[in-house]
Amino acid sequence: MIGRSPGAVVATIGVVGVLLAAAVQLQAARERVYPQARETEQSLYLRSGIALRRMTGAYNALAADLYWIRAIQYYGGTKQRLDALGAVRPGSAPLAPAADAYPLLYPLLDIATTLDPRFNIAYRFGAIYLAESYPRGANRPDLAITLLEKGLRERPDKWEYMEDIGFVHYWFRHDFRAAADWFKRASDVPGAPWWLRSMSATTLAQGGDRQSSRAMWTAIRQSAELEWLRNDADRRLLQLQALDVMDQLQSAITSYAQRSGVQPDWQALVSARVLRGMPLDPTGTPFELSDGRVHLSTSSPLWPLPEEPAVAVQPPS
Amino acid sequence: MRVTAAIAISVFRESVRDKVLYNLVFFAMLLTASSYLIGQLTAGQDVKIIKDLGLSATSLFGLFIAVFIGIGLVSKEVERRSIYSLLAKPITRGQLVLGKYCGLTLTLAVNIGVMALALYAVLAYMTWGLSAEARLVWETAPLDPALMKAVLLIFFELMLVTALALFFSTFSSPMLSAALTFGLYIVGHFSGDLRNFQQVVDSPAAARFARGLYWVLPNLAQFDVKNDVVHGVHVPVGYLAMTGAYAAVYIAMLLAISMLVFSRRDFK
Repeated sequence: MIGRSPGAVVATIGVVGVLLAAAVQLQAARERVYPQARETEQSLYLRSGIALRRMTGAYNALAADLYWIRAIQYYGGTKQRLDALGAVRPGSAPLAPAADAYPLLYPLLDIATTLDPRFNIAYRFGAIYLAESYPRGANRPDLAITLLEKGLRERPDKWEYMEDIGFVHYWFRHDFRAAADWFKRASDVPGAPWWLRSMSATTLAQGGDRQSSRAMWTAIRQSAELEWLRNDADRRLLQLQALDVMDQLQSAITSYAQRSGVQPDWQALVSARVLRGMPLDPTGTPFELSDGRVHLSTSSPLWPLPEEPAVAVQPPS
Repeated sequence: MRVTAAIAISVFRESVRDKVLYNLVFFAMLLTASSYLIGQLTAGQDVKIIKDLGLSATSLFGLFIAVFIGIGLVSKEVERRSIYSLLAKPITRGQLVLGKYCGLTLTLAVNIGVMALALYAVLAYMTWGLSAEARLVWETAPLDPALMKAVLLIFFELMLVTALALFFSTFSSPMLSAALTFGLYIVGHFSGDLRNFQQVVDSPAAARFARGLYWVLPNLAQFDVKNDVVHGVHVPVGYLAMTGAYAAVYIAMLLAISMLVFSRRDFK
């Protein structure tokens, strides 16, 4: 059947095309009749980075890249799945801890950095998304710090990791003394930017207040090498702006309620000319009001807002 | 010398006829496709990953060429019985072995040279027109000349592997030669463990034996500086020179043994 004449070649190509199209159609039909489960269980068969380092031999940098890509895909996929499952419920309390939301994120980053101990971005990615609150992150600042300390063992002169550890202590643990210590350590490294020293002092004196938080994120934004680090800093700055607006709104609502003796809704506040219109957060999403309290909408890109410490740190005596 | 060169060129031509250079097309396609896909997947690490991928593929493709062609250099002549007509010519067996080795080395040099050029071309394409802000993320310049240090050491390593494959093929079957060469390649990358064997065994004799093996077996781990150059870690020229000298001496030793074995082999 398969000859060498031009006609035979064309006929063969045609047959191959028809068969391939049939295979595609059959597969599509099978998927329609027996749909594949949307959720596939994520698993990590090999958890020892050292064992993988042995197995990959001269190609461990390439293996590290594969684990890095897998970590990114895993994070993005899990976040999408959580969103689809309704992890973000309207009106739900923010920051509901879910320690097992991203169970493979740390092992994947740990393996990537064991295979390539100089994989700078993997440490910095981990600093943000391991520490980040649920559902945007694993809610595990302890693991973020463990990963960054591992990076520091490999590169003790990397002030960026010290800055990141300080930031995890500051933002997620509210341990401003530890944060100030790490900013100070970072500032002592030759080549570190000048503002780390002032950030250390500010953190110790006024840690936790919005002004020092704003100063920290502005500095991080200016020094960020990566676009997603800059975007993250921008988001944090907008969150702080949203908190300021919410405080102003809350104050106006409370005084209106005291004057009128009723808990108002937005419409009542607009009618009473307390507000000019429906209040929006910095991303343009309307704020929510229930039981006299202003909330950020769970559909806002800024949700969940950071927890703020009840009392700012006291300066050392 | 002229005889050796003539044999080397004939080996190179044969490898071209055998479509060995087709792997370059595959390599170029792999890098081009990857440069697009990786940009979507890696959160700003595309240049690092293309460098890793390019250097690893250069090393891996070269390894397959070195082993699978290296083991057939002599055994194919024996199988096809063309060895008789070759040896009837005014060629010594030593010249034949050396010429075969040089021919395959030339094939590898052309392959690796073209793959390095392709890697630089893809990196230039990926970074062309990027803003200064986007460039901040790079630890090293995308078109960093230091990449050539890794390429050079890959070439040295493959020359050594070729010599190993040729050595085994002078006295054993192609399958066994391939298995032994791959085995030594793996051992060569972990030979550092043999040096510190006393940390895991109590027997001083076993530790001494392992340490002896460490010195005798080819140490291939020293040729792997891919990760260093990608992260911008300086690789001194002295290191390149000493590693190159090690490769030259080890290759000379293997070729000498290969010539000796081949010269004593009976083809009746």
